[in-house]
Amino acid sequence: MLVTKYVITSSESDILPSDIAMKIYGSGRKVNVKETCFGVMINGEEDVIAELVKDIRTLDPHGIFIKDRGFPPGDPRRCRGRRGGGARPGFYMIESEAKLLPMITRALAFEGDAREPPPREKHLHLKRLEEIIKEDLS
Amino acid sequence: MAKIIVYPPTSMILSDLVDRMGHKALVVPEAVRKLVTASDIQSPPLNVTPEEPKKGLRYAAVDVPSGVRGRMALIGPIIEEAEAAIIVEDPGWLTGCAGCSRTNELVRLLIRTKGVPLLDLSYPNNDEQARAFVKKIKAFLEGLK
Repeated sequence: MLVTKYVITSSESDILPSDIAMKIYGSGRKVNVKETCFGVMINGEEDVIAELVKDIRTLDPHGIFIKDRGFPPGDPRRCRGRRGGGARPGFYMIESEAKLLPMITRALAFEGDAREPPPREKHLHLKRLEEIIKEDLS
Repeated sequence: MAKIIVYPPTSMILSDLVDRMGHKALVVPEAVRKLVTASDIQSPPLNVTPEEPKKGLRYAAVDVPSGVRGRMALIGPIIEEAEAAIIVEDPGWLTGCAGCSRTNELVRLLIRTKGVPLLDLSYPNNDEQARAFVKKIKAFLEGLK
């Protein structure tokens, strides 16, 4: 079965999408590659892609992230060139998570013992907000 | 190797971390792939037929909007397949397949009531939280082996 994967690089990684594409071309495997601004898309047989993904990760073990994609690369149903422009729906999720990738990369590379972070501040309770408003207005 | 459902079901970070640890991440793009690349497409361009919302009826009542039932036709079978789950608190920017709040509530409920091992987390905001985030996921997945 043909599968498609995104290979996405952390913004702090030294690896460029073109480096990944060259690695794939050099591997001689029969896969389709499409470079994007955030990484590459690869499309091919499931077992070939699984091996290739392992190879690609060796370029930067902590800075390269892999994600499944439903549509093949350049599919006219999703390609913005055919749809009249604009990002495809799934791009916003990638864009949002891509901002977290440098932190995740550093966390994966961290070899010490991670401490439990202090609990996060909770939202102000509605009743407390009401009290504050009443205190200010009285 | 366990099958792990991740929430959000389109998350790159979670599916990548699960794959790195040697497990299989159950994600929506796989379900979408089966629909859009099937050789016998009955309803171009996306092959979402009237049957899809009907499949969703297993998880949501008939008076629930078809968008919820349609999404559940994709996500419901994944939940049934799951042997463990990682839920990351709704970050507030979910779009596309994961962009329906009512579906997301139902997905989280179904995962929680399924009774499989479950890890609850929040997206990290700084390095300290990111280290704890990765550490908890590693420990959870290693415990499943």
